[in-house]
Amino acid sequence: MTPKRRRLWLLLGSLATLGVAATLVLTALNDNLVFFYSPTQVAEKSLGPERRFRLGGLVEQGSVQKDGQTVRFTVTDTHKTVKVVYRGILPDLFREGQGVIAEGSIGPDGVFMAREILAKHDENYMPPEVAKALKESGQWKDKK
Amino acid sequence: MIPELGHFALILALAVALVQGTLPLVGASRGDLRLMALGRTAALTQAFLVLLAFGALTQAYVTSDFSVLNVVDNSHSAKPLLYKISGVWGNHEGSMLLWALILALFGAAVAIFGANLPDTLRSRVLAIQALIGVGFLAFLLFTSNPFARVYPAPPDGNGLNPLLQDPGLAFHPPLLYLGYVGFSVTYAFAIAALLEGRVDAAWARWVRPWALAAWCFLTLGIALGSWWAYYILGWGGFWFWDPVENASLMPWLAGTALLHSAIVVEKRDALKSWTVLLALLAFSLSLLGTFLVRSGVLTSVHAFAQDPARGMFILAFLLFVTGGGLALYAWRAPQLQGGGLFQPVSREGALILNNLLLCTLAATVLLGTLYPLFLDLLTGNKVSVGPPFFNATFVPLCAPLFAALCVGPFLGWKRAELWPALMRLRVALVVSLAAIVVAMTMIDSRSTLAALAFGFGVWLIVGSLAALSDRVRSGTLRTIPRSTLGMVISHAALGFVVLGSVATSSWNTELMHTMKPGDRVDFAGYSVLLDRMDEVRGPNYVAERATLNVSVGGKPYTVLQPERRLFTVQRRQVAETAIQTNGLRDFYATLGEGNPQQGWVIRLYLNPLAPWIWLGAALCALGGFVSLSDRRLRIGAPSRRPSSLQPAE
Repeated sequence: MTPKRRRLWLLLGSLATLGVAATLVLTALNDNLVFFYSPTQVAEKSLGPERRFRLGGLVEQGSVQKDGQTVRFTVTDTHKTVKVVYRGILPDLFREGQGVIAEGSIGPDGVFMAREILAKHDENYMPPEVAKALKESGQWKDKK
Repeated sequence: MIPELGHFALILALAVALVQGTLPLVGASRGDLRLMALGRTAALTQAFLVLLAFGALTQAYVTSDFSVLNVVDNSHSAKPLLYKISGVWGNHEGSMLLWALILALFGAAVAIFGANLPDTLRSRVLAIQALIGVGFLAFLLFTSNPFARVYPAPPDGNGLNPLLQDPGLAFHPPLLYLGYVGFSVTYAFAIAALLEGRVDAAWARWVRPWALAAWCFLTLGIALGSWWAYYILGWGGFWFWDPVENASLMPWLAGTALLHSAIVVEKRDALKSWTVLLALLAFSLSLLGTFLVRSGVLTSVHAFAQDPARGMFILAFLLFVTGGGLALYAWRAPQLQGGGLFQPVSREGALILNNLLLCTLAATVLLGTLYPLFLDLLTGNKVSVGPPFFNATFVPLCAPLFAALCVGPFLGWKRAELWPALMRLRVALVVSLAAIVVAMTMIDSRSTLAALAFGFGVWLIVGSLAALSDRVRSGTLRTIPRSTLGMVISHAALGFVVLGSVATSSWNTELMHTMKPGDRVDFAGYSVLLDRMDEVRGPNYVAERATLNVSVGGKPYTVLQPERRLFTVQRRQVAETAIQTNGLRDFYATLGEGNPQQGWVIRLYLNPLAPWIWLGAALCALGGFVSLSDRRLRIGAPSRRPSSLQPAE
């Protein structure tokens, strides 16, 4: 086999692999992108129950109600609020007045049904999305 | 006083690194032996100085010196000693100091073990290593000084993040850094080779042990992190495709590709410039990982600091290291002429396929990790790319990699036939197909994909053992080179990881139940009784502890005691999972919130083959270490031959 043919083989092989990978990546990106919305954005867009997204904001003070494994609370960016229902064990850092990110979709009754509440390792940690949403609504307070 | 000494040692180390990064380079280009010899002394001195600085910070932590800001922020006098020590690297400044320390130690290791290297190559490697060190020491001194004092000293500290107070996580960062930073040595070797314009079998044999060592540590570090996530985050998962996990996976993939392509350079004198490129990429990806984690640009669980100045510094450094390396590569690589010729179906061909797929995998992970960043910059839309994306791209690309993995070792160098190789693998083929059938009919008929993946896991194990038995037949076990033995162990270990991940994620059983003491619940053939709830007191926490009596068929089987710990300093709760394992499956219980009136939420999981994930990862690293102990690498003093190998045809 000549070096030329070897290079041709290599090139074809690489192109084929990259092609397959690109196809996989593009379809996967199409289907699996999860957008992040603040309560204000949720109110602006009419999101159907088939649309899975992430909701971020603060857990409103005094809004958490626990009933066995079901938890209901309200997420706010201080402009608008969204009611959330979640079944499961809450992450250790879930607390009223703290930032939260919930992933799920809007149910038929307009309540956000969270399938997952994201756990963060640090209580001072504010998801950048939440920080941005708070800044946009003028509620951002610098801690330090 | 001691913190000032540490600070001063760090400044001296920067000065030494500057000398080590320049003079030996000059010496190497002029052929000045004295300047070149300087590199060795400087490397040892620099390592000693950084060790001194690290010792000073550790001392401040162990004695709880609250006049040091870093200790105040991350330690507390009531913390157990282990976590006082691990607290040293459980924060931004300290972990960067650990990085600089490991970098300097690797430099010293090259100086000590590199006695057989040619003078010019060794001094160039040490100089490049020192220049990387300059970057990190300057980063520490100018943006993240761990020795900053605070006045007046507070009576006690803020404590370490409770989630980090865990034996698994105490050793996760050092192992991970040994991996990340280990690739700095291969990077330095690649740059030195480009400067010299020479890559040959001897070079590959010098580089391989470093790549192998770094890869082993990185494997262990990733496994430890994953194990930690498994038992502390409390929902039974072991890999979350979190940006930080991805950040460690990318250099691992590139490093794995590097290990394999270096074999081709060593044995066949081919794939030279590609191997150099991989060495550059592996370290660049390590730095990228550091940048992503340290700068907080991505939503991640590990983001300690979100200081733009720090992020900019690492980004600039990353661009310098990657860009500089690639520019040098573009300029000098065309001089590296390839040697041995080969057919597409051959050992070389199989290793190229391996490289192609591993790099595609790394690129997929890179894309998935950075895409949200780009989209945010371009459109302002906030998105997240989660597990579904990676499951849909990463997993299918693994299939051809695993399929080819067992065939490669049966192919000869230069040219080979596919059919005889497959014939020698017929037992493995039959066993794997049988495994797929069994998985589909007996375990779970719904998921064909899981059954297929299960078959791949079996194929990896049996196929690797087939390679071993093939060698044994043509000799005794003792005459098999350690590197071959290591390969078989690591390849088979990958099979265990695959089996464990597939079984855990596809065939686990899960139950969530609210229970009061005395309540009983049936779960997957076991009967679980919440016997009692206790208050427990730890060194720096108070905990609620549930005692779950598990019985099978009326006979007591085991007792699980999951806890919820409230760390008193931080006022934070952390769930402590209880896991009972029999090697084939984990019985996993977590305790949620609750009270005596309404009961407590208890979550139970049965995770089949879950222990195999970490067993496999540990074996994988073990294989690497076995290969590292190969005599050829230890002696490792091949003389440089002036001519290349004979062409194959």
